[in-house]
Amino acid sequence: MGKRVAIVGTGQTHHRSIRRDVNGQELIHEAVVRALQDAGLTIGDIDGVVIGNMDHFEGINYVDCWSIDGSGGYMKPTIKLTTGGTTGATLAVAGYHMVASGMFEKLLVIGWEKNSESDTTGAIITCTDPIIERQFVAGAISGLACEAQAYMHRYGATPRDAARVSVRDRRHACNNPYAQLRGEITVEDVLNSPRLADPLRLLDMCPRSDGACAVVFASEDVAEKIAPTPAWVLATANRHMYSDYTDVVEMSSLLSMVEASKELWKKLGVREPLKEVDVVELYQPYSWAGLMWIEDMGLCKKGEGPKLVWDGVTDMGGELPINPSGGVVATNPIGATGLIRCAEVVLQIQGKAGARQVPDVKLGVATGFGGNWWTDMLAFGKKKPD
Amino acid sequence: MERVAIVGIGQTRHQANRKEVNFQELVYEAVSLALRDAGIGIDGIDNVITTCNDFWDGRTISSMATGDVSGARGKNVSAVEGDGTFGAFYGLTRILSGAYGTTLVTAYSKGSESVPYLITNAAFDPIYMRSLGMDMVTACALQARRYMKRYGSSEEECALVAVKNRGNALANPNAHQGMKITVEDVMRSRRIADPLKLYDLSPISDGACCVILAREDRASKITNRPVWVKGVSFCADAYLLGDRDLSECRALEKAAQAAYKMAGVQNPRKEIDVAEVSEAFTYQELLWTEGLGFCEKGGGAKLIASGATAREGNIPVNPSGGLMGAHPVIAAGLIRIVEAARQVRGDAGDMQIQRKVQLALAHGVNGVCGQSHCVWILGRN
Repeated sequence: MGKRVAIVGTGQTHHRSIRRDVNGQELIHEAVVRALQDAGLTIGDIDGVVIGNMDHFEGINYVDCWSIDGSGGYMKPTIKLTTGGTTGATLAVAGYHMVASGMFEKLLVIGWEKNSESDTTGAIITCTDPIIERQFVAGAISGLACEAQAYMHRYGATPRDAARVSVRDRRHACNNPYAQLRGEITVEDVLNSPRLADPLRLLDMCPRSDGACAVVFASEDVAEKIAPTPAWVLATANRHMYSDYTDVVEMSSLLSMVEASKELWKKLGVREPLKEVDVVELYQPYSWAGLMWIEDMGLCKKGEGPKLVWDGVTDMGGELPINPSGGVVATNPIGATGLIRCAEVVLQIQGKAGARQVPDVKLGVATGFGGNWWTDMLAFGKKKPD
Repeated sequence: MERVAIVGIGQTRHQANRKEVNFQELVYEAVSLALRDAGIGIDGIDNVITTCNDFWDGRTISSMATGDVSGARGKNVSAVEGDGTFGAFYGLTRILSGAYGTTLVTAYSKGSESVPYLITNAAFDPIYMRSLGMDMVTACALQARRYMKRYGSSEEECALVAVKNRGNALANPNAHQGMKITVEDVMRSRRIADPLKLYDLSPISDGACCVILAREDRASKITNRPVWVKGVSFCADAYLLGDRDLSECRALEKAAQAAYKMAGVQNPRKEIDVAEVSEAFTYQELLWTEGLGFCEKGGGAKLIASGATAREGNIPVNPSGGLMGAHPVIAAGLIRIVEAARQVRGDAGDMQIQRKVQLALAHGVNGVCGQSHCVWILGRN
């Protein structure tokens, strides 16, 4: 069997819409230095580097090679993974397996994006089939609008329900010094914000950010020596189900989340996630996902997401706080976003989340969303696995 | 370390232009061949790694195109961006972690749909270097010149690689550019970027490759001819060309040493029976054989001139024809793994070297001028 693995240090930049003061390597370097400081390590202690982003946002090819000066990968094994929005979570899943394999003891995992240098929608459109789909699939917003329409039609949810999710996450973000959008909004603000693609409005959507996140994975041989409270990786699961947008047959439910979460709960032995999980950092690129995908995750039955959210169950102080960090509608440096979800869960487990701390977190879940309706999930725990 | 074997291999016939297939269909060919080679169905695959590159594909999230055809539906899956040897490495660790018993790894490129100058120009610093016209070919021309100047190797000596490997490719039914040529042919070919001429460059091909890895208990059920992973490592050097001495390949040396250590290899020149290396340009095979420790630094030209690296030599390098024979960019290193595995299995057909292969080496490259290298040692036992 493989080694048990924990995250022993995290670092992230203060995310902004534009960081003109740094280039990509410098942005990466900020997060790396913070992660190493948090772990009490130096770059000399690190055995290898795993890095990811989405190439077409910055227009840089071979980013694993290009980023060496910022990542600290000089004369170390350095590898790049990319899976779209899921990239950050994909990186964490890779960090886990590579350390569990016994081939690395201390591995630095980095996700980053400098979205200010990109035409985000223009780049995303190129993910689709060039002959058929590029003619009508217009980037991330329109696809998500289709999903929201299907969900609204089938389960009767309203734009007001979705707005409540944005209100929650933007309120949570006020507690997070790293968040990009820190300022409370109301349901009316969301409903009166500019319409992007029906039913989505500006404040339903995530921003695009410049930011980076780095975490240090360590094997069971050293984790407890490095960190007083390592956050142990308990399970990972993912599904990248489709190649083409036109493959997606069911839009009122995120099937990759349904399948991946079933696998995750099985691996964890969790029967009632709403009761047993202490915190969730959901890769929720828009408000409606905060209704739909929590149903698909099994926190409640299909169609009951809005009630859960209105009842405050997912607020700070609720039974299962979702996105204490403010989540993705407050901050979205895409290649880093999934890894930030992991880092935030780790901070919760370590009790280092400051004003956004949820009391006594023993089990936390981080998710990634991206590609073609894909889901990557990781579960972290305070107790060392058996 | 748990033992892992290669239990299935498949590759397409690599060609200049596969107009009749798209990315998906190209990869599906290789996957089907690998599953047939292993004698298992897709149900026997526990998880999948695809390897691709958004720039070469002209698609963001390029892994979207090939997950389904790699059999990822309903399975855990991930995507490495870079050479196929790196994708296979991640696939290997997913088995070693204890999470999976088998991993299917794919890699592919359709060079015919790519503009290599623009794609590799994008690897350079956008402010200072792109506008200088830097791309893979011009940068490697600088490296070739630096290498030749330092060690006094000649263009004719580099040309020996083109002659040997394109000749070897004639015996390779999957190769794209098997040719019987002479040093004079190479010298007379069109000058692309001094000192590189057309035949110093590998072609850019359309092709896909697939490898199936399995944990020992699963491997023994699947096949009676497993090829064991004995050692593997990778390493990246500095980014800026000026931060490196381009006549050296320190990252390759470090990766090779680590892989040799894992495999218990003390004298690679004697113990490695055959090597498949990624020589996108002729001079690179000379340089890589030095980095791999097959000869002393600067001795690459002498080594090939002695005939030692010929298929009949005592350390054959690229008996398949290497990248000179076929170069579907992202798949290039994974094809090296497949060709090395075939040598170990003894079923490399006309490419098979004479002596029985106990240990074979496969090598892949990421980045410009060999910034990042991955080395695999495969064995019979």
